Amino acid sequence: MKDKVIIFDKVVKSYPSYTHITGGIKNFLIHFNKSIKNLKKRHVVLKGISFEISQGECVGFVGRNGVGKSTLLGIIAGVLKPDSGKIFVKGRVSPLLELGAGFHPDLTGRENIILNGILLGMTKKEVLSKIDSIIEFSGIKDFIDQPIRIYSSGMVARLAFSVIAHLEPEILLIDEILSVGDIEFQKKSYNKILEFKQKGVTIVLVSHSLENIKKLCDRAIWLEDGKIKMDGNPEEVVKEYQESTLKE
Amino acid sequence: MKNRTFKYYLDLISVLVVKELKVRYKNSYLGYFWSLLNPLTMALIFYFAFKVIMKVPIENYSFFLITGLFPWQWFSNSIGSSPVILIGNASLIKKVNFPVYFIPLANVLNDAVHFLLTIPVIIIFGLLFSKIPSPIWLFGIPLCFFAQFLLTYGLALLISSINLFFRDLERLVMVFLLILFYATPVFYDITLVPEKYRKLIFLNPISGIIIGWRDLFIKGIFNFKFYCFYLIYSLILFTFCFNVFKKLSYKFAEVL
Repeated sequence: MKDKVIIFDKVVKSYPSYTHITGGIKNFLIHFNKSIKNLKKRHVVLKGISFEISQGECVGFVGRNGVGKSTLLGIIAGVLKPDSGKIFVKGRVSPLLELGAGFHPDLTGRENIILNGILLGMTKKEVLSKIDSIIEFSGIKDFIDQPIRIYSSGMVARLAFSVIAHLEPEILLIDEILSVGDIEFQKKSYNKILEFKQKGVTIVLVSHSLENIKKLCDRAIWLEDGKIKMDGNPEEVVKEYQESTLKE
Repeated sequence: MKNRTFKYYLDLISVLVVKELKVRYKNSYLGYFWSLLNPLTMALIFYFAFKVIMKVPIENYSFFLITGLFPWQWFSNSIGSSPVILIGNASLIKKVNFPVYFIPLANVLNDAVHFLLTIPVIIIFGLLFSKIPSPIWLFGIPLCFFAQFLLTYGLALLISSINLFFRDLERLVMVFLLILFYATPVFYDITLVPEKYRKLIFLNPISGIIIGWRDLFIKGIFNFKFYCFYLIYSLILFTFCFNVFKKLSYKFAEVL
C-alpha cells in the first residue's frame, strides 16, 4: 500500500460574486443594496468532493469548462482555501504555470530563469547549479542573454517548462499546458513528464486533450456539477465522458 | 510549504528587488539621474514659487526642500505604485503558494534603495551650505529609515490588497497622495503652521518622519522622544495594515 499524498474529504468551495465590488467603490456605493445582496449570493463550484491520490499516481481530471478543475488545482497548490472539508497534501507542490507567468519581458532569459526558479521555491544556489542544464533543455541557448520580450511565445513556453522540469517536485500540477511549443518541444516535454512519472512524482493533470489523459494517466476523475461523476480507469472514464457530451 | 528556510526568503526578496532595479536601469545608463530628475525639478519649482516669489522666511531653502522631498519621494512612489503591484503578478499569485507579502515588500525596498542612493546628493547640497555630515547620522539614518519603512510598507500592504477588491481605489490613492503632500511639512516648516492646525498636521503619520529626517540632515540632531512618538504611530499602523492584508490574502486568488 502506497502512501496517500493528497486527500480531499468533503471539500466544498464557493465563490461570492465579486463583480459589484470589483466594479469599484463608486459602483459599490451607488448600487449598495444590490451589492450587499450579491455578496451573500455565493456560487458553489465544488459541492463536497472526496478523493485520495497515492504517491506516484498520475490522475487526470476531465469535465466541462467552469466545472471547477482549476479551482481544484488551486486548492491543492494552497492558493485557495475551501469553505469546508478537510485537505491533506504532503510534499513539495510545483504548479506548471501558464505561458511565462512571473517572467519579466525586459529581463534576459538567464535572469528570468533565476527569478522564476526562486519564485517557484528553489534557493539561488540550487538555481545557479542547474542553470546550464536548464538552458540546455530549453534549446534556446543563442537567445539566452537577450531580453525575453523579443522571444516568440513558443520560446517563452520552452523556457518556462525548462525551469519546471528542473524543480524536482514531489507533486506536479499541470493545467492545460502540454500543447505549447513546436512538435519537437511538445515531445520533449511529454517525455519529461513521463520521466517524472517513472521517478515516482505524483501528477495531477487537467486537460481537455482526452488523448493526453488516456496516454498519461493511470486514473481519471470526471467532474460534473460540482461532484465526482466517475472515478476510475482513464479509458472508461473518457469514453463515458465523450458519450455524455455527444448526447447533448 | 515546508523546507523554506530563512536563506530562501533572503534569496526571494533579493531577487525581487534586483529585478525591479535592473528593469529600471536596463534601458538607460542615466537611470540614476532620471530618478533624481523628479524631486530636483520639484525642488526647483518650489524654490521659485516660495522663495523667489512668496519669500518664505526659511534659510537655506533649497537644502531645506531636498531634505524633505527625497524621503517624500520614496513614500509617494511606493504608495503610488502599490495599487497595481498585486494585479501585475496575478498569474503568479493564482498558481504558486508563496508569501505574497513579499511583492509589496520588494516594491517598497526598491524605492528605499533609490532613496538611499540620493543621500550623497543631500550631503553634497549640505556641503554647499557648509553643513558637515554629523556622526549622529550613523544611527539616526538607520532609525529614521526603519520608521519610514514600517509606515510605507504597511500602507502599501493595505492599499495593494484592498485595491484587488475595489479596483478604483487607484484613483483615490492619487488624490489622497496629493492631499497628503500638502499636509506634510515638505516645503514649509512646521513652525509656520498656525498653532490650532498643528495637531492636524501631526495626525498625518508621515509628518513626523519628514521632520525627523530634516532635523537629522540640517541640524544634525536626533530627537529621541519625538522619534519614539512617530515610530509607535508607524508601528500601530503597520500592525493594523499587516493584519488586514493577512485576512484578505486568502481571497486574493479568488478575485484576481
